[in-house]
Amino acid sequence: MKLTLRVWRQKNPDTPGAMATYELDGVSQDMSFLEMLDVLNEELIVKGEEPVAFDHDCREGICGACSLVINGDAHGPERTTTCQLHMRSFRDGDTIDIEPWRASAFPVIKDLVVDRSAFDRVIQAGGFITAPTGSAPEAHATPVPKADADYAFEHAECIGCGACVAACPNGAAMLFTSAKVNHLNVLPQGSPERETRVLDMVAQMDAEGFGGCTLAGECATACPKGIPLFSITAMNKEWLRASRKVKR
Amino acid sequence: MTSYSEYTEYTVGEPIQDEQAPSGPVNERWDTRRFEAKLVNPANRRKHTIIVVGTGLAGGAAGATLAEQGYHVVQFCYQDSPRRAHSIAAQGGINAAKNYRNDGDSIHRLFYDTVKGGDFRARESNVHRLAQISVEIIDQCVAQGVPFAREYGGLLDTRSFGGVQVSRTFYARGQTGQQLLLGAYQALSRQIAAGNVEMHARTEMLDLIVVDGRARGIVARDLVTGRISTYFADAVVLASGGYGNVFYLSTNAMNSNATAIWRAHRRGAYFANPCFTQIHPTCIPRSGDHQSKLTLMSESLRNDGRIWVPKAKGDTRPPAEIPEDERDYYLERIYPSFGNLVPRDIASRAAKNVCDEGRGVGPGGQGVYLDFADAIARMGRKAVEEKYGNLFDMYERITAENPYEVPMRIYPAIHYTMGGLWVDYDLQTTVPGLFAIGEANFSDHGANRLGASALMQGLADGYFVLPSTINDYLARNPHKDEVDASHPAAVEAVRETEDRLTRLLAVDGDRTPDSFHREIGELVWEFCGMARTDEGLRKALDRLPQIREEFWRRIKVPGTGEEFNQSLEKANRIVDYLELAELMCLDALHRAESCGGHFREESQTPDGEAARRDEEFSYAAAWEFTDTGAAPVLHKEQLTFDYVHPTQRSYA
Repeated sequence: MKLTLRVWRQKNPDTPGAMATYELDGVSQDMSFLEMLDVLNEELIVKGEEPVAFDHDCREGICGACSLVINGDAHGPERTTTCQLHMRSFRDGDTIDIEPWRASAFPVIKDLVVDRSAFDRVIQAGGFITAPTGSAPEAHATPVPKADADYAFEHAECIGCGACVAACPNGAAMLFTSAKVNHLNVLPQGSPERETRVLDMVAQMDAEGFGGCTLAGECATACPKGIPLFSITAMNKEWLRASRKVKR
Repeated sequence: MTSYSEYTEYTVGEPIQDEQAPSGPVNERWDTRRFEAKLVNPANRRKHTIIVVGTGLAGGAAGATLAEQGYHVVQFCYQDSPRRAHSIAAQGGINAAKNYRNDGDSIHRLFYDTVKGGDFRARESNVHRLAQISVEIIDQCVAQGVPFAREYGGLLDTRSFGGVQVSRTFYARGQTGQQLLLGAYQALSRQIAAGNVEMHARTEMLDLIVVDGRARGIVARDLVTGRISTYFADAVVLASGGYGNVFYLSTNAMNSNATAIWRAHRRGAYFANPCFTQIHPTCIPRSGDHQSKLTLMSESLRNDGRIWVPKAKGDTRPPAEIPEDERDYYLERIYPSFGNLVPRDIASRAAKNVCDEGRGVGPGGQGVYLDFADAIARMGRKAVEEKYGNLFDMYERITAENPYEVPMRIYPAIHYTMGGLWVDYDLQTTVPGLFAIGEANFSDHGANRLGASALMQGLADGYFVLPSTINDYLARNPHKDEVDASHPAAVEAVRETEDRLTRLLAVDGDRTPDSFHREIGELVWEFCGMARTDEGLRKALDRLPQIREEFWRRIKVPGTGEEFNQSLEKANRIVDYLELAELMCLDALHRAESCGGHFREESQTPDGEAARRDEEFSYAAAWEFTDTGAAPVLHKEQLTFDYVHPTQRSYA
């Protein structure tokens, strides 16, 4: 396959960026999207140009590092992570636009690499169960109904990639935040901190400069792990319940 | 230029011994050690700083736990967030001797299985402790909210896993590593918010600072700004994972690397059993030269899938057209009692053998079939989907083949490294104050790791072992002096690091970092991969110094060191792979026996099984660094087996 790539190049946060065009030949259908970028970078280095910087690590769809907007879609045309997208989803002669996540809470570091540390701070605000090492009771002391365990798992699958934020017209982080709130709040172990968790995480989310939610639903469509949209409404319910219960 | 003959003329130094494990019955040693270990007064703990490098299961668990105890933790990861460490990719599960199934499991059986599975090259004291702690790990993770699979009654589900006959593996669908890691990450996040952990993401350790023979700090590079800084502490903990990426193609994450442990090795920490590398039998075969990494399919697939190749060489018919009597279900044929569930090393080597015979399938003949047709007929498609759906989806996404209709193609790939920094029972390396935990050390798996044991070891080390043993070091060795960046040892380490990076940028040659990495990887895969020979290893040892010489002549790293520069990161890691590959080949050459993941063709039984040579090689090989390309010194730790009597493994 022969492709025309239009790639966002930006030297650092302080320098304005722009799209640059590259022609790439000899792309195989079996390559992953990132392997295609590897091929481009190998060519650039040999030519003495700077390769395109992008985040990636496990390349098997679980670490959440890769983060490209491809032809306007977070992670591209398939419902998966960029690393699991293969070139068979494209055709010979295609022009492909490659951009970083676009959100004010995710500033660009270089080229396609953005700073997602805001997500870590949202988790630090309450996305945990306080259970210091050694304090745990026997695992079978508290049975968890299978339905609750499955519900928790479904939300715990979030990989923290940020596609939900990149896809949202408002740059909101509701799906990310609600996934963790729902995972922990449904479990008996998470119940003692149920109220403070949702209030503190939402407050931190707002403080990080993520946008407001208008239930556009783009987040759940872009999510490579299929975190459902009702996750957000469930969190809103938790928040309402908690804000009535907890006097601040 | 050095030649292999100089490098291979290693000397044998003083034997080395673990002196921290108490004597007495094996099941009392851990209690005894914890009682004998000195404690640090809770009020004094915040005066102690501990550096932790890495945030995977071992590092994340250790950082959180040490901070909970009151220590000041300074932690590092190269990823943009501690949540992305490669432990996250573990699929299958975590072992624990809970015996919830009432199927005859016990701590002693897990201990026995692990020593036997490791082919009698691990220390009994350490392995027994691991089995004891396994039980507490599950409790801890459940308390954190890890959503393990459960039965309808609300209790935890378990499954059986390769190499054992009890059902002791706890799991969270095919994402057990992810869920366990997020549990540790969340505990760590709580400590970061509380100000007890100072977290440095996108920061890579590039050297160890040793002052008066003790580990006192590290040199690290901020990967965003390129700034090189020094950090100081009372003790340094390496939890930086294994070195599987020396093979270039592996199931490791692209940026997993050996620099932290290798730099520590250069500063005096002995490196043990580097040739003990594990090859996972069920990975998706490579599809072409562009391949950047290999993807593992959980070995739980072998519970229901049947492995076969055509009986005839060069049979290129589609699998559906090959009749039953022209197929060779070779694992079931050779190992009738374990069948498709033989340990990883045996399954891998058998796949290589049939491919070497010209009976491999798929592009390049480097693959065997893993067929679910019988399972689908027996259990129904729905049941298969429920059990393996996410794995089948992943396979289809990568290969564009539907495994419900066409058998999967699999091939072995490098997956885990049992070797690592030598540590004693306290997980302390030969550099006082430097500890190594998780895959970074060599301690528990001997020559071969059983499935679902890596997660167990990482969490055991991080949550329970290190936080108990490090107290003893800190209490017994109070530092009287403050060390800062002006200390000659720190100045020297920074200068060496800066010189190395400057040199890499200055060569301005014509070859990319990846091209060298691939070349090293292909060389060690060929000669130090699934099967090793004296002749092949000598070839590799001959070639490696030549690659190193060429590397320093032709490497091209664009950009500068004072910016985000991924080419520079890669090139710098390759410098260390070049040396590590050499030690790995030398270790494989010197160990003229077969054991576990290390198969020497010269040492096999008449029917082609690995033949251990206990009289000569019942030891862990701990190597001491001398100089780049110069022969290292071998220190042997003799292994004794008082509880699990060494036998030739038999899975027939």
